[in-house]
Amino acid sequence: MSQKKSFQGLILTLQEFWAAQGCVILQPYDMEVGAGTFHPATTLRALGPKPWKAAYVQPSRRPKDGRYGENPNRLQHYYQFQVILKPNPPNLQELYLASLAAIGVDLKLHDIRFVEDDWESPTLGAWGLGWECWCDGMEVSQFTYFQQVAGFECAPVAGELTYGLERLAMYVQGVENVYDLDFNGAEGPDRITYGDVFLQAEQEYSRHNFEAADTAMLFRQFTDAEAACRTYLAAGAPEAEGERHRMAQPAYDQCIKASHVFNLLDARGVISVTERQSYILRVRDLAKACGAAWLKTAAGGA
Amino acid sequence: MPDLLLELRSEEIPARMQRRAAEDLKKLVTDALVERGFLYEGARAFSTPRRLALHIAGLPARGEAVREERRGPRVGAPDAAVQGFLKGAGLTSLDQAKTVTDPKKGEFYLAVIERPGRETLDVLAEILPEIIRTFPWPKSMRWGAASAEPGALRWVRPLQSIVATFGPETETPEIVPFSIGGIAAGTVTYGHRFLAPDPIEVRRFDDYIQALERAKVILDPERRKDVILHDARDLAFARGLDLVEDEGLLEEVSGLVEWPVVLMGSFDESFLDIPAEAIRATIRANQKCFVLRKGGSEDLAPAFILVSNLVASDGGQAITAGNERVVRARLSDAKFFWETDRAIRLEDRLPKLDAIVFHEKLGTQGERIARIAALARALAPLVGADPALAERAARLAKADLVTEMVGEFPELQGLMGRKYAALQGEHDSVCAAIEEHYKPVGPSDRVPSDPVSIAVALADKLDTLVGFWAINEKPTGSKDPFALRRAALGVIRYLLEGGRFNLVMVLDGHAERVDESIKKAHLASAGPGLVSFGQAFSPIAWGGRQVRSNSLDLLAFFADRLKVYLRDQGARHDLIDAVFALPGQDDLLMVVRRVEALAKFLDTEDGKNLLAGYKRAANILRIEEKKDGRAYDAAPDSGLAAAGEPAERALAEALAKARETASAAIAREDFAGAMQALSTLRAPVDAFFQDVTVNAPDPKLRENRLLLLNALRAATREVAEFAKIEG
Repeated sequence: MSQKKSFQGLILTLQEFWAAQGCVILQPYDMEVGAGTFHPATTLRALGPKPWKAAYVQPSRRPKDGRYGENPNRLQHYYQFQVILKPNPPNLQELYLASLAAIGVDLKLHDIRFVEDDWESPTLGAWGLGWECWCDGMEVSQFTYFQQVAGFECAPVAGELTYGLERLAMYVQGVENVYDLDFNGAEGPDRITYGDVFLQAEQEYSRHNFEAADTAMLFRQFTDAEAACRTYLAAGAPEAEGERHRMAQPAYDQCIKASHVFNLLDARGVISVTERQSYILRVRDLAKACGAAWLKTAAGGA
Repeated sequence: MPDLLLELRSEEIPARMQRRAAEDLKKLVTDALVERGFLYEGARAFSTPRRLALHIAGLPARGEAVREERRGPRVGAPDAAVQGFLKGAGLTSLDQAKTVTDPKKGEFYLAVIERPGRETLDVLAEILPEIIRTFPWPKSMRWGAASAEPGALRWVRPLQSIVATFGPETETPEIVPFSIGGIAAGTVTYGHRFLAPDPIEVRRFDDYIQALERAKVILDPERRKDVILHDARDLAFARGLDLVEDEGLLEEVSGLVEWPVVLMGSFDESFLDIPAEAIRATIRANQKCFVLRKGGSEDLAPAFILVSNLVASDGGQAITAGNERVVRARLSDAKFFWETDRAIRLEDRLPKLDAIVFHEKLGTQGERIARIAALARALAPLVGADPALAERAARLAKADLVTEMVGEFPELQGLMGRKYAALQGEHDSVCAAIEEHYKPVGPSDRVPSDPVSIAVALADKLDTLVGFWAINEKPTGSKDPFALRRAALGVIRYLLEGGRFNLVMVLDGHAERVDESIKKAHLASAGPGLVSFGQAFSPIAWGGRQVRSNSLDLLAFFADRLKVYLRDQGARHDLIDAVFALPGQDDLLMVVRRVEALAKFLDTEDGKNLLAGYKRAANILRIEEKKDGRAYDAAPDSGLAAAGEPAERALAEALAKARETASAAIAREDFAGAMQALSTLRAPVDAFFQDVTVNAPDPKLRENRLLLLNALRAATREVAEFAKIEG
């Protein structure tokens, strides 16, 4: 296996590619999130008039998707490669296709298709129009033109690309089971697979997510995060008309936290269908308040 | 005559929106032209995933000139009048006006306004930007740097280029001069994204469609569909297989490719253990591929047809292999669902439904199932079903909603339940009812015939109706979020195909069960302490019984639905009203029979005349009752009538007899017989009006004659409320 086709090689190639397009290459956000979109480099930076280009890998946690390491395609922890370009350049589709070529997808051999998939995040109060990108019938990326984030119209619109790295790597490597992915491209005893790195973690976290996660503590944490978010928003609020907000990002961290805690509670099956909706709305209210605060900061264009 | 070519090229348009968008484009442009007086010979619109195109043939090069004469004031009129005339006619001085002599009025001014016809090109440049700006996409978006400004152009996905040319066949056409959202109309477009990436210069429609074809784009969606269908059939045939045709999928797939290349993939034979419907659902919904049958058989073949958008340099091997991998993964999932689902018996899934809220105010799915089961059991004897089987089927009917397979493919609800029920050895009727209780799902869907299916289907629909009526969630206008109209129509269709029961009694009975659920749901959400819930039971006397007002309201809803249903079948809505206006009419089958008999009767001479006689009688009664301030609703004095004029006597006798016969016939549900009895009244009624003066000077006689007319009114009420009948 060539270095380039390994899991880490794939990440390196994408980073290089997008760096060459003028993106800042960021590191994963240091909190548990459900998707790369939650990273403040996307959610917050998508708001306001200032141009922004960034790319990063984001570990994404979907507690409900855990399968104790027994399903070849489903993971409760996986990686997304996230690109955000604000405003979207007119040739974003071409750039995306060039990035596929860069990681070794031959566009003369493979059938790439843009299939309608409108994106909506109820918890972030965000939506956009775009596609799921198919390679020979397999969804390998999401492509979205953000229209609204945190309840605010995006002006200008940002283009967001999300690559499902495990899926893409499985495709590039021709592997049927995610745990068989070549992680580092080394030979012999140095060869490391995805399973070597993550199988045990999937088993442990599945147990945790479905069986052990302390629900009383999580309910407390949700309420705490919600309250803290409001406290920080109030504490950082502009003191006079025309002044800036001074604590939008720490408040947003608490919104992220509430969202993840909700996902864990959901996986534990302790949130009823009706309650579910009200939790989602509570997180959305936080996201909206944080978005409003961000728009009053320097980076938000105030 | 010149032609218009318009192409709006964008990033990929959702397949489901393309056809409608092409039609809208054609309509909007041609309507705008016609509105301005520009007629055309023909127009066609096309769509691909990346473009909408419009060709309008035979437009005039310019519009027709308009000549208008406007009469002004007389010569020598005050200056204000002259100035007003000049302004209105767009003249600068009187020199530009003519002077005309009228023999009666003398000399006056006349303005002749001549407007040359406008250049079609200019008109197009005026209307096209507006149409693009306000195009009715179901969902549209902003994009790029321009989206920072308010009022930025919206399109379904980013708009990339516009071709707009206008001109006759023999000359180089002109570009329609406009630009919108920073895109200027021009003559350059692009072909297939991968197969022909270079720009293409186009002039008019003929060379446009050919250039696109060379650049691997089939512009006409119908042609793409033909190519896909024929190639798919051929590929299947060559392997001894049959294509399972699917118009909806074909339409969608043709909207995902500009240059269809049909390929065949296969999967492992062992996946064929999965129910065929599930295989088809997963391959169709997730992969947008067609399934195949073994030649001349109903069994699926382990192969599928995929439609790619690329002529690949390896002949499609990599594409086929890639699709096979995904199909394999999907089928592995489906097989896993199918196997794990079977490990849990349907009844053991019920507790899970107790945790799922059906509606905040109506409680959980579990509650709902318990209500449906009780109702199905109660209805069973009325529809000829075994009560135990009906209850069992209802208990299990929704259990598949919490299976993995239905979770993944909601469209398999019912069907999977039936399969799982059969595997766990349920009675055939129970298995059938689990699938069929959702029926009929549309006007063309059949109504099942197994009585157990009927009992469960009725219970399911009636529970929905009574439930949402109880919490006052009725359909309003075009809003019917819980599909209550469809549920009511479903009930109606069952009843008309032979179901017999008094609807109001059933509705009343079920309302008690629903009340219990509402009470429980309320206590669960609000906790104890609050005591007011649900709608109070407000009994109303109806058809000799005490019934709930809500049940009557719901019956009126059924009557409305029945009217719509029968109207579609050609029945007169006034006759339906006339029957429902009688008290106690809640046996829908009998209502319909009666309407049919009434319609037949009113088609006869006797019927028409009797109706006319009835109207005359009712009119006289209305006027006299108003005048006298009393109702004439007692029985006539037969002795007095017998002593009166012959026609009076004859009518009194005929009425007594007809009413008795009609009443007896109605009791036998012999509606034709009842109409027959009424038809004997025609001659005596006609004779009565001819020979007898109702308003006789003798008040006793007058009163009795009015009572006779009332007896006619009463007799017709045996079959219908004639007052509601039109004509």
